[in-house]
Amino acid sequence: MGAEDSRYFVELRKASLEYQADGQPLLAIDDVSMSIRQGEFIAIVGPSGCGKSSLLKLVAGLHPAARGEVIVDGKAVAGPISICGMAFQNSTLLPWRTALENVLLPLEIVQPFARDFSRKRLEYAERARALLTEVGLVGFENKYPWELSGGMQQRASLCRSLIHDPRVLLLDEPFGALDAFTREDLWEVLQKLWMEKRPTVILVTHDLREAAYLADTIYVSSARPGRIVSCTRVEFARPRTLETTYLPQFMDIVHALRERIARH
Amino acid sequence: MSPMFKRRVMPWLVTAAFFIIWEIVCVLLRVDSFILPRPTQIAASLVQHYPTILLNSVQTLYTTILGFIIAVGVGLFLGLLVGALPGVYAGVYPIMVGLNAVPKVAIVPILVIWFGIGTVPAVITAFVISFFPIMVNVATGLATIEPELRDVLRSLGAKRVQILRKVGVPRAMPYFFASLKVAVTLAFIGSIVAETVASDRGIGYLMISASARFDVALVFAGLLVVALMGIIMYELFAALERRVTFWATRGNELVT
Repeated sequence: MGAEDSRYFVELRKASLEYQADGQPLLAIDDVSMSIRQGEFIAIVGPSGCGKSSLLKLVAGLHPAARGEVIVDGKAVAGPISICGMAFQNSTLLPWRTALENVLLPLEIVQPFARDFSRKRLEYAERARALLTEVGLVGFENKYPWELSGGMQQRASLCRSLIHDPRVLLLDEPFGALDAFTREDLWEVLQKLWMEKRPTVILVTHDLREAAYLADTIYVSSARPGRIVSCTRVEFARPRTLETTYLPQFMDIVHALRERIARH
Repeated sequence: MSPMFKRRVMPWLVTAAFFIIWEIVCVLLRVDSFILPRPTQIAASLVQHYPTILLNSVQTLYTTILGFIIAVGVGLFLGLLVGALPGVYAGVYPIMVGLNAVPKVAIVPILVIWFGIGTVPAVITAFVISFFPIMVNVATGLATIEPELRDVLRSLGAKRVQILRKVGVPRAMPYFFASLKVAVTLAFIGSIVAETVASDRGIGYLMISASARFDVALVFAGLLVVALMGIIMYELFAALERRVTFWATRGNELVT
């Protein structure tokens, strides 16, 4: 990587974000600065309501910064950036579309795919099928979301967020509603996909083990208004496994994070 | 009793029991047929006046369906417009609620002044009474897209029109089809209200003129025919709904 390494792909410079609540501006994020290298996997952890999700909206260009600057791929963000994929705790799959059709949705919207959609439909479907295979959804391509378990829905949702090869992947507690075992399976799936495609990932989570398993860098955010209060590098070799999570050094990181959050 | 049996057979059993009890009560209490005719008397009247009833039923069905079709077109159009543009929604809201609150029988005299008696007021009344639930439902379906889903699409660079086409419209379809079965029964009410006030044909007119002759059995025969047509239309649209928006009724919290 070398030169690539020094290049920041996503940068927040003293960025703040405000919502209007009952006519009063409500500060959700205050003075956050962050530099994320291309292909880096970062996690943001912190107490509930600390504006973590707002930070994703800021990066995606869905909500403008009140002050400061957000820069993605060298350009100041002024509107939806359309090179990102998003996934949420709620899978937000469309119930009238099969798993395969759901995964195809971004290709119907994002250029240059959308232009060729009707002509290349078969090729795109093949691509979606390959991705679904990779997350372990073989044989479920033509099932509707309501025929899938929560874990399967989340797998499909991950596929949808990655089908258009986004440069930035924004994940808002994507595994928050799953049981512990399914969640750990999906950590592995996500890590594998990330290692293959190498998007820059911003993961918002409550789960400190999840953050330590997946991320290269973990930011701890304070309670509202969200400020970054610490930044931890996680150096374990990839691919990490469940064994990694039982290492003493791993436990140390999780403990340190927990203490950092408790203090704020 | 299997669930299948319950669903298939119970409606017939209960309906039959309803008429049988009606008959028995009338016989036991010696109710005058002038007050409440027995089902057998109503059936006899149906058979006796068969050609007249058929002719007037066709007229009522015709005005109902015509009014209903216009209501579907206008309701769908206004619903999409109002649901997609919050400004329009805010603007037309008071007029729409006011229009809906007006008893439709009150507008029939105005329609008579404008169009004379007969088919046209019946069609318009059927339309006015049935387009409102369609419009409201379609607008609701469009306006209640989950914010997260909107974010997913916007972050991909989707334009408003694309969000509407890919999510809004399909999402509004269960609401639309659910409103159709309600609207079609309302359209019957509209037609018949107009016919009783200002028409020289249709089931409503038949019932009014029968009651003027104190032919209560024929009035009830008219009611029965209207109920039957209502049930058939309702079931028709309920079946269409199940077919087209099957995804909305399976373990999905989007639609109630």
